[in-house]
Amino acid sequence: MEINNNQLLRFTTAGSVDDGKSTLIGRLLYDSKSIFEDQLESVSATSAKKGHDGVDLALFTDGLKDEREQGITIDVAYRYFTTPKRKFIIADTPGHIQYTRNMVTGASTANAAVILIDARHGVIEQTKRHSFIASLLNIPHLIVCVNKMDLVDFSEEVYNNIIIQFEEFSSKLLMKDVRFIPISALKGDNVVNKSENMAWYQNGTLLSTLENLHISSDINKIDARFPVQTVLRPQSDRYRDYRGYAGRIASGIYRTGDEVAVLPSGFTSKIRSINAGEKEVEEAYAPMSVAITLEDDIDVSRGDMIVKKNNQPEQEQEFDVMLCWLNNDAMNPRAKYTIVHTSNEERAIIKEVIYKMNINTFERDSEDSNLEMNDIARVKIRTTRRLMLDSYRDNRITGSIIIIDENSNETVAAGMIV
Amino acid sequence: MSKYYLNYLDELESEAIYILREVWAQFENPVILFSGGKDSILVTHLAKKAFFPSKIPFALMHVDTGHNFPETIKFRDDLIKELGVKLIVGSVQESINSGRVAEEKGKNATRNALQITTLLDAIEENKIDCAIGGGRRDEEKARAKERFFSHRDDFGQWDPKNQRPELWNLLNGKHFEGEHFRAFPISNWTEMDVWNYIKRENIKIPSLYFAHERKVVFRSNSWIPVSEYLRLEEGENIEKKKIRFRTLGDITITGGIESDADTLEKIVQEVSAMRKTERGDRSDDKRSETAMEDRKKQGYF
Repeated sequence: MEINNNQLLRFTTAGSVDDGKSTLIGRLLYDSKSIFEDQLESVSATSAKKGHDGVDLALFTDGLKDEREQGITIDVAYRYFTTPKRKFIIADTPGHIQYTRNMVTGASTANAAVILIDARHGVIEQTKRHSFIASLLNIPHLIVCVNKMDLVDFSEEVYNNIIIQFEEFSSKLLMKDVRFIPISALKGDNVVNKSENMAWYQNGTLLSTLENLHISSDINKIDARFPVQTVLRPQSDRYRDYRGYAGRIASGIYRTGDEVAVLPSGFTSKIRSINAGEKEVEEAYAPMSVAITLEDDIDVSRGDMIVKKNNQPEQEQEFDVMLCWLNNDAMNPRAKYTIVHTSNEERAIIKEVIYKMNINTFERDSEDSNLEMNDIARVKIRTTRRLMLDSYRDNRITGSIIIIDENSNETVAAGMIV
Repeated sequence: MSKYYLNYLDELESEAIYILREVWAQFENPVILFSGGKDSILVTHLAKKAFFPSKIPFALMHVDTGHNFPETIKFRDDLIKELGVKLIVGSVQESINSGRVAEEKGKNATRNALQITTLLDAIEENKIDCAIGGGRRDEEKARAKERFFSHRDDFGQWDPKNQRPELWNLLNGKHFEGEHFRAFPISNWTEMDVWNYIKRENIKIPSLYFAHERKVVFRSNSWIPVSEYLRLEEGENIEKKKIRFRTLGDITITGGIESDADTLEKIVQEVSAMRKTERGDRSDDKRSETAMEDRKKQGYF
C-alpha cells in the first residue's frame, strides 16, 4: 500500500464493561481487513470452544492471561490498522472506574476519543466520567458512538434522546469537536460500512469520520517550544566545533536565523542550523526530532528550553495542577517527590489539595484532601527551582507533568498545568 | 506555502528518535539488542539519525544461539565495522558449556528459551542498565501491552500487571541497582511500516529477506532451511525452492515462504497482500497461546 502524505491518528476507546468496546474494535479491524488469516483461525477456534455462533469479534483484542480469564481489559493495549487514507493507533483502555488511570494514560496522546453508549441504557455515570476525562486531557475530537442500535430497533427517537441527554451534561465540559454516530458493532452498522437499517442517519460511518477528522491543527504551531534532551558533541575532525542541541519540538516552528532565548538562563542567540537526521533543513516544526546549533557559544544542557525571544513560557516555582493519582500508595502530604516536566526534573512537594473532583457528578469537594488511586484533584505544587510552564489547554507537551515517588521510583501521578 | 504536519512514517521516525535520545540521557550503559533481523537493523539506523553527526553512543549486543544463518553473522560484522561501534556477544553455547542451561530434549527442541538466561547473564556481566529492543506492539498480544520504557526487576522479570503508567512523552527510567530497563523505540510500527520505511530510506538488509533458491524441508506449514543442525524426520524430503524469510531468528526455527520478491519494491507489495502475520511462521510462538507472554515475563526480548 503506497501511502505517502498520510497522517497518523491516535484514538482511545472508552466504554463500560458491556458496552461492546472489544466488539467494536474487532469490527473495525475485521471490516477494514486488518485481521490476518492465522489470527482469524485462532479466534474462530476459540469462539467455537466457547460455544459462540460464528466469530466472536471481541476475541481479536484479547490480551494477557489474567484478562482472558476474567474477560476484562486491565491494562492499555495498543492496536494498529491502516486504510488508504491514514494510519491508526488505538489505545484500547479499560472502562471500569478502578482503571481510570489507564484511561488517562491512553487519553494523554490521543487525537480523538471514541466513547460508547449502550442504546438501551443511554447516558450513565460512566459516560459522564469518560467524557470528563476526555475533556480534562484536552482530547481535540470526541466521537460518541451509540451502540447496540439493533437492540432498539434502530430507532431514531432513542438515538436523538441520547444526544439530548449527552448535550445536557456535557455543556459543563470544555470540548471543541463532538460528533455522534448510531452504530451496531455486532452487526457492523455504521462502523466501516454504512448501515442499511438506519436510512435516517445521513452522516459518515465511524471509520470515515476517523479518516476525515482535521488533525493537522491538533498540535500548537504558534508557541515555539524546544526542550533540550541532550547535547551532541561529536569531537571528530570534521565536526570539531559542532554543538548540537537535540530534542523533539514540542510546539511551533523554528527557522534558521530565528532569534531565540535559552531558558532558564535567558541568554539570547540566533539559530545557525537545524538538522533532521543527516539532512540539514531550513525550518522544522512540531513534532519533529531535530538538532539545533546556535550562533553563540552559550551554556545549554538537558532540561533547558530554547524558545523564540518574543514568545516565552511562564517561569514559576509554585503553580496549580489538575492531578490524577495513579498509584496504590496514597499521596503523602509530607513526602518529597520528583516532578518531571519535558526533559527537566526537580524535587517537589504537593503543598495543598485545593479541591477534589467527583468525577461522576463534576462536583468539587474542598474538604477531602486525601488523594488515592484514580482520584483527580486540583493541587498546588512547589518545586525547588523554577519550571518553564505553559497551561495544558495551550500546550499538551509543555503543560503536562508526572510525579515520581523517590522511594519506589514509580510514576505515582500525572498532572495538567492549570 | 509548505505544510506543517508530518506524514505517518516521519512521525514514527521522530517518536523513535526521541525515545533513543531519552535512553541515552537517562541511562548509564545502554545497548541495542541486535539480532541481525530487520527490526534491530531499523533501530540501529534510527540511532544513527538520532545522534548524527556523533557516532551511535551504544554498543550492539547479540545473543547468539549458535544456530545462525551465516549471512546474518557476516551482515552483523560488516555493520559493526561501518558504524565503528562495539559488539558484545552473549553466547548460548557458552551458557550450555558452563552448565547454566541445558539443551532442550525431544522432537521440537530449540534454543529459543535458553536465550533468556544468556541475555540476562550478559546484561548483568556488562552492567547494562537499558537494553534497546526492536519489539513491536503489533507482533503479538503480550507485546501489545509493552511500554516504551519497560521495567525489569533484579531477576530480569517483567510484571505486566504492575507496569508504570506512561503518559504524554514523559518517560520514567528511574531504577534501583541491579534492575534494568528494556526500551522499545519502534513499539508503534507495524510490519508494513517497517518495510515501507526500509524501502524509503533504502536501508541495507541481509540477503535472506530477498527471494533466493534454497534447500528446505516442509515442516509445520513453512519451509525450514536445511542446515547442519536440522535433523530430518520421517516423511520429510529436502527440496529446492525459491523462498525468502519474513523474520530472521535461529536457523532451526525460522521458516521461509515461497516468493519471487527479490527487490524492496516487490517485498513491500508482497507484504501488503499477505494474509498471515509474520510470526505465523515462527514455531517458537506456536507452542501455546501464551508462549510469548510466558517467555517475556521471564525476561525474553
